[in-house]
Amino acid sequence: MGESLVSLRDLQVRFNGVPALRGVDLDLAKGEAVGLVGESGSGKSVTWLSALGLLPNTAVTTGSVRLGNTELLDAPAATLDDVRGGRIAMIFQDPASALNPVQRVGRQVVEALRLHRGMDGAQAWAEARRLFELVGIPDAGRRLEVYPHEMSGGQNQRVMIAMALAGQPELLVADEPTTALDATIQAQILDLLRRLQQETGMALVLISHDLGVVADMCSRVAVMYAGRIVEQAPTDLLFAHPAHPYTQGLLGALPDMVGPKRRLAAIPGSVPEPWNLPQGCAFAPRCEHADEACLEMPAFVDIEDGHIAACVHATARVRELA
Amino acid sequence: MSLLTLTDVARAYTTRRGLLGRSTEVRAVDSISLNVTAGRTLGVVGESGCGKSTTGRLMLGLERPSEGSVLFEEQPMPAPGTTEWRALRKRMQLVFQDPLGAMDRRLTIAQQVEEPLIIHGIGTASERAERVAALLVDVGLRADQAARHPHELSGGQRQRAVLARALATDPALLVCDEPVSALDVSIQAQVVNMLTDLQAARGIAMVFISHDLKVVRQVSHSVAVMYLGRIVEQGDPEALFADPVHPYTRALVSAIPVPGPRRIPRIVLTGDPPNPADRPTGCAFHPRCPVAVARCAVEIPQLRTMDDGRDVACHLAEPQARMAA
Repeated sequence: MGESLVSLRDLQVRFNGVPALRGVDLDLAKGEAVGLVGESGSGKSVTWLSALGLLPNTAVTTGSVRLGNTELLDAPAATLDDVRGGRIAMIFQDPASALNPVQRVGRQVVEALRLHRGMDGAQAWAEARRLFELVGIPDAGRRLEVYPHEMSGGQNQRVMIAMALAGQPELLVADEPTTALDATIQAQILDLLRRLQQETGMALVLISHDLGVVADMCSRVAVMYAGRIVEQAPTDLLFAHPAHPYTQGLLGALPDMVGPKRRLAAIPGSVPEPWNLPQGCAFAPRCEHADEACLEMPAFVDIEDGHIAACVHATARVRELA
Repeated sequence: MSLLTLTDVARAYTTRRGLLGRSTEVRAVDSISLNVTAGRTLGVVGESGCGKSTTGRLMLGLERPSEGSVLFEEQPMPAPGTTEWRALRKRMQLVFQDPLGAMDRRLTIAQQVEEPLIIHGIGTASERAERVAALLVDVGLRADQAARHPHELSGGQRQRAVLARALATDPALLVCDEPVSALDVSIQAQVVNMLTDLQAARGIAMVFISHDLKVVRQVSHSVAVMYLGRIVEQGDPEALFADPVHPYTRALVSAIPVPGPRRIPRIVLTGDPPNPADRPTGCAFHPRCPVAVARCAVEIPQLRTMDDGRDVACHLAEPQARMAA
């Protein structure tokens, strides 16, 4: 792994006493693309919202979030203001609701440039135009003058990306950036993110429920379940030898695009309610391999190089499958 | 046997651009011919605005076609709101993406499932209660969940309840509009398996409308790909997705992010899907098409049958050329 950029240690979040995040450790190197997958409520968005201090006051966050030498958790507002939109930028699923509907898109990008790069006037507008061209908005000069509702969802997401790039971030956190978009537009936006990451050398965290999207974009993947990371590995290893039964279940539940049709291997039951978590491994009640050993909270097991899984049976299972 | 037949169906709306703008005709669906066979599933795929949901509404008689005909069991579809149409609604049901929006939040699950039986005057109160209990078992809900309200169930359980309600009148046709798109992967697989099982057990015909090609391939016996109101490619799902012919289908299939190596090199289309109110001339896909020729901007391509039996609407699709490739 290269030089460390962000490291999360035992990050925990509770909303009114209900645990949403139950101890997340994650390291991110400079320029690296890491995927965070999991189903709704698994904590993949909360991880980054809490790291950036974007959660409401009802959330109690503990642990540590370090960006280089700076601790972000409980950092003064001024520090966070510099980091958010500056060193770390975030884009969301629904660009239309993240943009100000009554302000021209160009002005919104210029505002970001003023805040994070101290640019004004003609200089800022020229930079905004350059960013629009960089993210592939055709006729950039004129598109600076339109309102969000005059653009398509894909174009609005490009505006959001331009705004995120305004602060020249070291890390872009993209939370389901293409989920609301059509298939062909999703391909365009993923292509754009890949190109920008290569050109600017920024790190990328891609939060997605879609294993395919993450496989396409990221070199490393962390799978989350019920507020914890349950498996983490280089992308090719994760898809070749998934070790955690939940990861195996997720892959089995996906229909194939080629080959003979098979019955989908659905994971029985549903995700536990956060206020009613089972003892020990949270996945055990849905897991076909569960036994008494699973009543203890499983520690991470080393499967192979850089591949860890939080399952007491993981090593044995992988050997069995190999 | 063909249960539902659409022949050259078009649905046009008039819209006005701006407050004083001239009214223009928007053809949400144009020259569509489709067959739904009893006990089989027809998948309809395409991006937003391609007319797939309008097609579903036309199939159920919720919309009248502006042109062409819709036949259900070889009889013309009655006009919506008429007594004949209401009676026919018992035979065909609709399932949407958002189960919460399709349910009455103040009624219990059992009451919602019973409602269609009451509306269509089926059974006595005790027979209905028995039927409701059996339906809930069929969709995999527990008996104690019958007394729950929609907000007390998870998304997957709600979609099961909506399905139980749709099945209450024992329909011959189920039109599912993005039925699993709002569900998590593990729950999606449960509902997809359940749909397949219900079809096998009851012989229901299904129309499965979705943007998710993988799910459509999983459930469908035939598939139609739509672009801007027209069918561009239609045929057997395995063949069609393994070796798409129309450039739009090719781009669509190649755009699916998959773990592992891809079969078709990725094609990233430029531009957005066009506005139906501002339809490009000729083939509607030509401004985004990587292989378009001059003819594509002028002449609308008609569906032609290829050697393997699929239909493709592209000037460049040649049955022989495909065999060589």
